[in-house]
Amino acid sequence: MRLEVGNILIKDIQFGERTEVKKGVLFINKDELAQVTGADDLIASVEVYLAKPGEEIRIIPVKDVIEPRIKVSGKGGVFPGLISKVDTVGEGRTHVLKGAAVVTTGKIVGFQEGLIDMTGPGAEYTPFSKTMNVVLKVDPVEGLHQHEHERVVRLAGLRAAEYLGRAGQSVEPDHIEVYETKPLPEQVKEYPDLPKVVYVYMLITQGLLHDSFFYGVDAKQIVPTFIYPTEVMDGAVVSGNCVSACDKNLTYIHQNNPVIQDLYERHGKDLNFIGCVITNENVTLADKERSSNMTAKLVEFLGADGVIITEEGFGNPDTDMVMLCYKIEEKGIKTVLITNEYAGRDGASQSLADSTEKGDAVVSTGNSNEIIKLPPMKTVIGYPEVADIIAGGSDGSLAEDGSITAEIQVIIGATNEMGYGLLTAKAR
Amino acid sequence: MTIRIVHFINQFFAGIGGEEKADHRPEVREGAVGPGIAFKEAFGEEAEIVATVVCGDSYFNENMAAAVDEVISMMENYRPDLVICGPAFNAGRYGIACGAVAETVVNRLGIPVVAGMYPENPGVDMYKKSAYIIETSKTAAGMRKAVTPMARLALKLARGEELGSPEEEGYIPRGIRKNQFAAERGSKRAVEMLLKKLEGEEYTTEYPMPVFDRVAPAAAIKDIKKAKIALVSSGGPVPKGNPDRIESSSATKFGKYSLQWLDDLNPGNSETAHGGYDPVYANEDLDRVLPVDVLREMEKAGEIGSLHEYWYATVGNGTSVANARRFATEIAKELNVAGVDAVILTST
Repeated sequence: MRLEVGNILIKDIQFGERTEVKKGVLFINKDELAQVTGADDLIASVEVYLAKPGEEIRIIPVKDVIEPRIKVSGKGGVFPGLISKVDTVGEGRTHVLKGAAVVTTGKIVGFQEGLIDMTGPGAEYTPFSKTMNVVLKVDPVEGLHQHEHERVVRLAGLRAAEYLGRAGQSVEPDHIEVYETKPLPEQVKEYPDLPKVVYVYMLITQGLLHDSFFYGVDAKQIVPTFIYPTEVMDGAVVSGNCVSACDKNLTYIHQNNPVIQDLYERHGKDLNFIGCVITNENVTLADKERSSNMTAKLVEFLGADGVIITEEGFGNPDTDMVMLCYKIEEKGIKTVLITNEYAGRDGASQSLADSTEKGDAVVSTGNSNEIIKLPPMKTVIGYPEVADIIAGGSDGSLAEDGSITAEIQVIIGATNEMGYGLLTAKAR
Repeated sequence: MTIRIVHFINQFFAGIGGEEKADHRPEVREGAVGPGIAFKEAFGEEAEIVATVVCGDSYFNENMAAAVDEVISMMENYRPDLVICGPAFNAGRYGIACGAVAETVVNRLGIPVVAGMYPENPGVDMYKKSAYIIETSKTAAGMRKAVTPMARLALKLARGEELGSPEEEGYIPRGIRKNQFAAERGSKRAVEMLLKKLEGEEYTTEYPMPVFDRVAPAAAIKDIKKAKIALVSSGGPVPKGNPDRIESSSATKFGKYSLQWLDDLNPGNSETAHGGYDPVYANEDLDRVLPVDVLREMEKAGEIGSLHEYWYATVGNGTSVANARRFATEIAKELNVAGVDAVILTST
């Protein structure tokens, strides 16, 4: 499967009469965007804001961040099974409004939502202080159940991203990246002397508000399966979760999965990237055993020499990661794990909830419990009072002056476990 | 301004005597004594040892609480910016004294401490979290080698400079995890690490896997029909409104709530504070997390002796092991006093 990703560099976003890209500026017809986003009987209101890097803006609580993309050629449309038909995607050409992002906010759905600061110390921890954000405050009709609330906001964000992406359909990209993984026998033959690497891609699936979607299917219901890496670039995997802000894999990060990108970077040079196995993180022991067994089997079946395993979430999913590591290493296949840490506010406790001696190669993306003080911002989009109740906040986190003292857990993407950011933790 | 340092040493290094003088009570002397002379040289003009507190090893270890108080109050009079303890090398009681003084100085005086010990000194494991302990050789033959890194670290701490890694500074890792931004993103570091692992080259894991305590199961209840049973949960079951504001994640506290007059949990009287799982089903009927209804029925039917009149709740979501251990110690103490025979622990 071969995908050309055409990046159209977006240097600025502004409201305008038509939604279009002109000389690197994304102009947005505000009313039309609000209309597309709100095209659901269960949505009561949509407000559109712009938040740019360096501005004194805080967005809270954030549900998801999505990158505007559109299919130019090849089968299907973005986010298959959710807002497009369920065609298999990942082939042909896709255009990206690189530098722009859709951020959804609104009344809180679950405790585990977080914030984005566009400037100040908090901005250093989130990748989305560096993007031009189109912020959608989506509030549903009264009396909506939490489960429906989550779905309604998730789909609204996807519709908005596709709508904006469409503006790039016939724009000449600034640069084009080509990604290709061939059918297994051909791919193995192409670089016969390089180690074969598989990416084991864990998706959080702990129940509602902690779910991920694969071609529209709730990933709780999948058994681990093999995918081409390019499928996720077209939105085959979508975040539907309110797991802790710091370590949820936002849809944007799925679309730009850094492990996939960095494996492709070395593909054909130092390694042979033969594909991905997606697996889930269900809550029952039988499910954990089944999924880890099947993943280990698939990785072996594919003939992998090494794998990178990325976790999503913490605590309970640590057990899934540890089982995967143990079972894959047992087969003589080398593993590297990417995880974050929950070592306590003082950094003195054990960082994971489970352990295996075979986990001897771990990349840490930082201690989520470390405390940060976020100064007040001139503008707050959303509902700042939730700072006291979201995961990583505590009673009194939000001070009268609007500053927030909380764990970095509250910051979107701060300790992302796909290794999207630079953060790590060291022994001291 | 010159950095003011107080030095803590034992009777042996003060030249008072060996084991026969180990019951020497705390005393303070102006200026540098014994190994302090070497530190004085290392500090030059920048820092000054204003006083040395001396205490005998036996006296300290046999009267720890009192000895710590005496030593600290002597130190306080000299308004130190930093305290140096030892080095104690592999002397166990001296190491423990150094560690205990260091911990108290940090907690009570709020100033940094540098100690020095051999890694197997029992004082290391007891106190490495509280103080920076420079790794030394086994015996005092390594004094000069110990003084240089201790003095260097002391100056850095007193100046408020950022410290390097344990390897760079020479201190024993304290088991503390500290965030910092790396030069490359995590995914790239993972790919590099995998390539090295595949090639059989050296690599360093960024997080050595944790080691956990094993808790031996308690003996079985002999007669369940007479047993007083308590409910304790990390699933966040709290009275409606979460009166103690237990955090949805990284809990810093637990709550104790009365079960008197309560036979059933329902959306009107209870909810979950937990942020790590789908709360919808718990909030519909909290007996799903804390089975009060079933235990009340069993109590009425005489299948258990009684249900303890309080339940204890916290949130086990990203909650540190240190906090969990503290909650457990405090809860267990109360349950013991209340004569509870067994506990049903529920999680989520």
